[in-house]
Amino acid sequence: MTDAAESSAPQSIIRAAKASAQASGGLSREAVERLMNLISPIALIGVWELAAQLGFIDVRFFPPPSKIFQVMWKMIENGLLMKHVGASLQRLFWGILYGGVPALILGVAMGLYRNLRMIVEPVISATYPIPKSAILPLILLIFGLGEASKIVMVASGVFYPILINSMAGVLEIPKTHFDVSRNFGASRFQTFRTVALPGALPLIMTGVKLGVGLGLVLIAIAEMVGAKSGLGYMIWNAWEILSVETMYVGLITIAALGLVFSLALNEIERLIVPWRSAR
Amino acid sequence: MMTAPVKDAAAPASGAEIKIRIRNLYKVFPTKKGPFTALDDINLDIPRGCFFMIVGPSGCGKTTLLRILAGLDEHTSGTLEISAPARNRPGNSMVFQGDSLFPWMNVWDNAAYGLAMRGRPKAEIKEVVGHYLNRTGLAKFHDLYPHQLSGGMRQRVSIARCFANDPDILLMDEPFSALDEQNKVLLQEELLRIWEETRKTVMFITHSVDEAVTLGDRIMIMTAHPGRTKVMVDVPFERPRSVLELRARPQYGELVYNIWGHLKDEVQRARAQDEGR
Repeated sequence: MTDAAESSAPQSIIRAAKASAQASGGLSREAVERLMNLISPIALIGVWELAAQLGFIDVRFFPPPSKIFQVMWKMIENGLLMKHVGASLQRLFWGILYGGVPALILGVAMGLYRNLRMIVEPVISATYPIPKSAILPLILLIFGLGEASKIVMVASGVFYPILINSMAGVLEIPKTHFDVSRNFGASRFQTFRTVALPGALPLIMTGVKLGVGLGLVLIAIAEMVGAKSGLGYMIWNAWEILSVETMYVGLITIAALGLVFSLALNEIERLIVPWRSAR
Repeated sequence: MMTAPVKDAAAPASGAEIKIRIRNLYKVFPTKKGPFTALDDINLDIPRGCFFMIVGPSGCGKTTLLRILAGLDEHTSGTLEISAPARNRPGNSMVFQGDSLFPWMNVWDNAAYGLAMRGRPKAEIKEVVGHYLNRTGLAKFHDLYPHQLSGGMRQRVSIARCFANDPDILLMDEPFSALDEQNKVLLQEELLRIWEETRKTVMFITHSVDEAVTLGDRIMIMTAHPGRTKVMVDVPFERPRSVLELRARPQYGELVYNIWGHLKDEVQRARAQDEGR
């Protein structure tokens, strides 16, 4: 997810240049490439549908896509899908906020102050590799079965990539930029606001993208235990009542959300990091 | 080898007020191989309004001296006196070597940086920054980002940022060293023109003898490490100067030749030391 996101800016420039060069000959290169992107998913769905209809695969596990989309449509019509999506998005939002903002502040501060980095870094390095899904029971124990445990789950996943990338972002800023802020009389806070934060922003955005992706994974896991709404609950519940189509609807919805977030974050990055197109 | 009597050479040419007074200044860095003397007994008197040039082989501690004056480094021993700036005016502003513009700010915000940090009123910032962007020919590029500019334009912004801050002393660390010859001459002309407006005290580091003679009132030639004052040279040309017109004068050639004589030994010595290490 991040790889694609990181390279998308320079790529789009190259593409635009090629597109204008070939604009005379029918479809632009860009349009052709976009169409090529659609070939494999459409082919996959086609083969799947055909195999299911012809009985090559077990429709109890792999129901034909046409049936999945029928169920999906029904769930959109009766508002059930939106209810679950809404519940998940709300938890995701608060989780990203509660995990991301402290991570950003601590990460930038750790990048700026060596002593703080020396003190905090061992704890971060030690706790970072613990699988967040493995601490779900502990989180449930501490925060109960309500909203809080889901939000904490997401926050714990968002926290690390944003913190680590914010710190790395500040450490990557050339020393000259800090000399400039000192020489021109910037206060500590002004240095934070005008040098450390914008200088680290490209990497912070990478951290946010990673964090949001991880948050999506974790919210689905968290909602499978003790939730009464959300996409994770919807998938788990479908398993319990053996409604395989509903499970697929849940999976497709999560995939679609991931795609939408990734595109939206790329767009946001283009707006708030306009100088990045240089690299 | 000739060693100039440092105190005499450093004396002010006239009775002008001394802006920067340096006495017995040393800078010693601790290294694994023991202490490394970067600056060895520097003595200087720089009068107000002097365009002071420092020339020396690379690694002679020029930049260290400038950073000490800028307050970005501490000296090890000796005294450094800089007469206090007028109220509301920063002591110094530096044009850094290489790219020092903030890539995340456009030309205008980069040039306005010092004023903004000091919390000057918006109207003042607008007037002053507008003036210096005009003087450096950047007015119509004010909303571009550094990566959209050429190297020469970036250094113009850097100079505009420095002048707009209206400091008492301008510190310049090889600001034109990365530029091609044509751009260099253009920017030297521009710098002199802008400097003529205010005639602030300037401390300018270069490794180019031509640049030193073209811009400076007085040139300090430094020895290879440890950095010492080898000789002081006064530049007799009147102001305002025209960069190209100067070069046609026989006196210019003589002066450049002279300074090269002093410098050649040092460059060779620096190279020998580098190879010996």
